[in-house]
Amino acid sequence: MGLDSDAAELAPVKILQSPAVRIGLSISIATGLYGVSFGALSVTSGLDFWQTMALSLLLFSGGSQFAFIGVVAGGGSGVAAMGAATLLGMRNGIYGMQINALLQPRGWRRFAAAHVTIDESTATSTGQTDPLEQKRGFWTAGLGIFVLWNLFTAVGALAGAALGDPKQWGLDGAAVAAFLGLLWPRLKGREPVAIAVVCALATVLAVPFVPPGVPILVAALVAAGIGWFSHGRSDEGLEPDVDPYAENHVHHHHDPAGDHRGDRTGDDA
Amino acid sequence: MNLWMWLLLSCLLAYAWKLLGYLVPASLLRDPRMSRIAGTMTIGLLASLTVVNAVASGQSLVLDARLGALAAAGIALWFRAPFLVVVIAGAAAAAGLRLLGWD
Repeated sequence: MGLDSDAAELAPVKILQSPAVRIGLSISIATGLYGVSFGALSVTSGLDFWQTMALSLLLFSGGSQFAFIGVVAGGGSGVAAMGAATLLGMRNGIYGMQINALLQPRGWRRFAAAHVTIDESTATSTGQTDPLEQKRGFWTAGLGIFVLWNLFTAVGALAGAALGDPKQWGLDGAAVAAFLGLLWPRLKGREPVAIAVVCALATVLAVPFVPPGVPILVAALVAAGIGWFSHGRSDEGLEPDVDPYAENHVHHHHDPAGDHRGDRTGDDA
Repeated sequence: MNLWMWLLLSCLLAYAWKLLGYLVPASLLRDPRMSRIAGTMTIGLLASLTVVNAVASGQSLVLDARLGALAAAGIALWFRAPFLVVVIAGAAAAAGLRLLGWD
């Protein structure tokens, strides 16, 4: 929450009137809940309960966590899983720069802020215009998701372990759906779709020739090349899995022109 | 034990990315190329992971019930279903197709 000298602003009634806190709480619930699917898929991919919890507690970035277990499930090596998870985590560094510029956390708060710097906390914060609301949004979403994501990861891991044959329950299909669900919100406009198609093709072509897990790294290389050599939106693909401000730009969702992060004004009354 | 090592290293590197953002000078943020690469790579990796999980089996490509899961997830997303519903739709399609005998 607002960790500065704004103690007067922290009265319970006042804090719940804050638009950023409200949005942060609802995004925490929506995102935290799908920790169930991560927990269940992780244990059926071959990780044990504590390995699953370590990913949610320590790695704490949904896309990278799914990437790690996705590579392991496909028979890839530990180092390939690490490669995919780490490359996917690069965008969190960009988010860190944005949040650092907005919130300027100091001392231990900077280290805590770094850990909860993910798609959703960044989007909740940058969607606000008032500095105090930006700060509240970031911490509410960041800490809220951290608590609920870990809670529901544990629920999913325990449930997944009790399921028996994962294929009979279609859990390999659930993994496919999860990755498409993570990709989907980033496909706003023609260009990201083209990048996705090219990288999907590169993957399919690479599968027969390199060990499992490596095709994903090949696709990452292709994507990095596209980013390096082409010119386009500098925030392409940097979208949250669950959009905190979806209702404000719901009409633009399939608009080929795309909508930009700067359009998000929140409802700062 | 080996998997634990790569797992913990992944956690360390993930935190390193996040912290790096707070430690580098703000002027780097004005270089749009880094954030562009982070974005295109996110799209590329997620597209690749989707495809690998849908059609790869070891080093071969197979068309099985997972393709039904991909289609079901796509339809659910088109109708703006929440993430968890999308995942359940994928599981249900794969499980259903297997019940019908398509593996």
